[in-house]
Amino acid sequence: MLFGILVNEGPYQHQASDSAYLFAKAAIEEGHTIFRVFFYHDGVNNGTRLATPPQDDRHIPNRWSELATEHEIDLVLCVAAAQRRGMVDPDEMKRHKKDADNIADKFRISGLGQLIEAGVQADRLVTFGD
Amino acid sequence: MLHTVNKSPFEKNSLETCLRLISESSSVLLIEDGVYGALKNTSVSDTVINAQKTSKFYVLGPDLKARGLDKSSLISNIEIIDYKGFVDLTVKNEKIQNWL
Amino acid sequence: MEEELESGVVKKFLYINRRAPHGTVYAHEALEVVLIGAAFEQDVSLAFIDDGVFQLKKDQDTSEIYTKNFSKIYKALEMYDVEKLYVEKESLESRGLTEEDLSVDVKVIDSSEMKALITDSEVIFNF
Repeated sequence: MLFGILVNEGPYQHQASDSAYLFAKAAIEEGHTIFRVFFYHDGVNNGTRLATPPQDDRHIPNRWSELATEHEIDLVLCVAAAQRRGMVDPDEMKRHKKDADNIADKFRISGLGQLIEAGVQADRLVTFGD
Repeated sequence: MLHTVNKSPFEKNSLETCLRLISESSSVLLIEDGVYGALKNTSVSDTVINAQKTSKFYVLGPDLKARGLDKSSLISNIEIIDYKGFVDLTVKNEKIQNWL
Repeated sequence: MEEELESGVVKKFLYINRRAPHGTVYAHEALEVVLIGAAFEQDVSLAFIDDGVFQLKKDQDTSEIYTKNFSKIYKALEMYDVEKLYVEKESLESRGLTEEDLSVDVKVIDSSEMKALITDSEVIFNF
């Protein structure tokens, strides 16, 4: 089965990103495929390269990057939500003349059309939020 | 249809609205803070017990455990499942509604 | 601009709105999904339940909180062929509102009709 996952909240503030990650992992272990994980609202903050959680706590952005690397998962931050919240990739940095980018490995920034596409193409869309 | 509820019924009305709007023979999975909706002897237990007449209830074990709860804390006939079970429920049910 | 997905698949999309406007971003950003989604030619319905009904309240004026008054967008949805707006009667009444308080044409439906709408939908968005 092909899954779309929507994450509406940022790392640590709500359990949403944790639940989504554990769900994605379980789905993969069951032999399913993750079509896309789309991050919206504060969920775009899951894509930061600059998080430094305590060593004895899970590293939420990194483990998304690692899962995406291992299983070729498409991690998408909504561009409109990302712009509002200061999540920037190299292209956005140039486009908006920012002095830095801050996006983590394996995340990309793209439009809401990617969420709609996930709704249409995936067999199931599962939402994690507040 | 699978419905998930992730908020405590004492904090938000998500469980209440879910139960108002689900059809018979639905499955309801309580996750995150939603697991508190499965507790026995609370002000909402009767609502859930009543809903169990027409819908099957599940609760996510890892979230229960995290909150210091286990089967003995729960209303009867609520099935405790893990993330694999969560995935299986989404596969078995053609449609999903995630109440936030 | 119209986007076409190669498969030509059309699904019944339902956007469920349960939160009041302005206190949080969800109402505003949910509308942005609806607008973008309109280009994908799916079968779209919007449901307003619980505090979501407040999103449609007339006369919203955000000038003194200096936020974007996105409530005007609901009136423009028609231009995007998003015309199926459903408001739950129980949610409206328990909040002391009537259809006359709303800024757009909607269909007010009771819980059992809302139940049917939810059951009938294929892809449901919650924000």
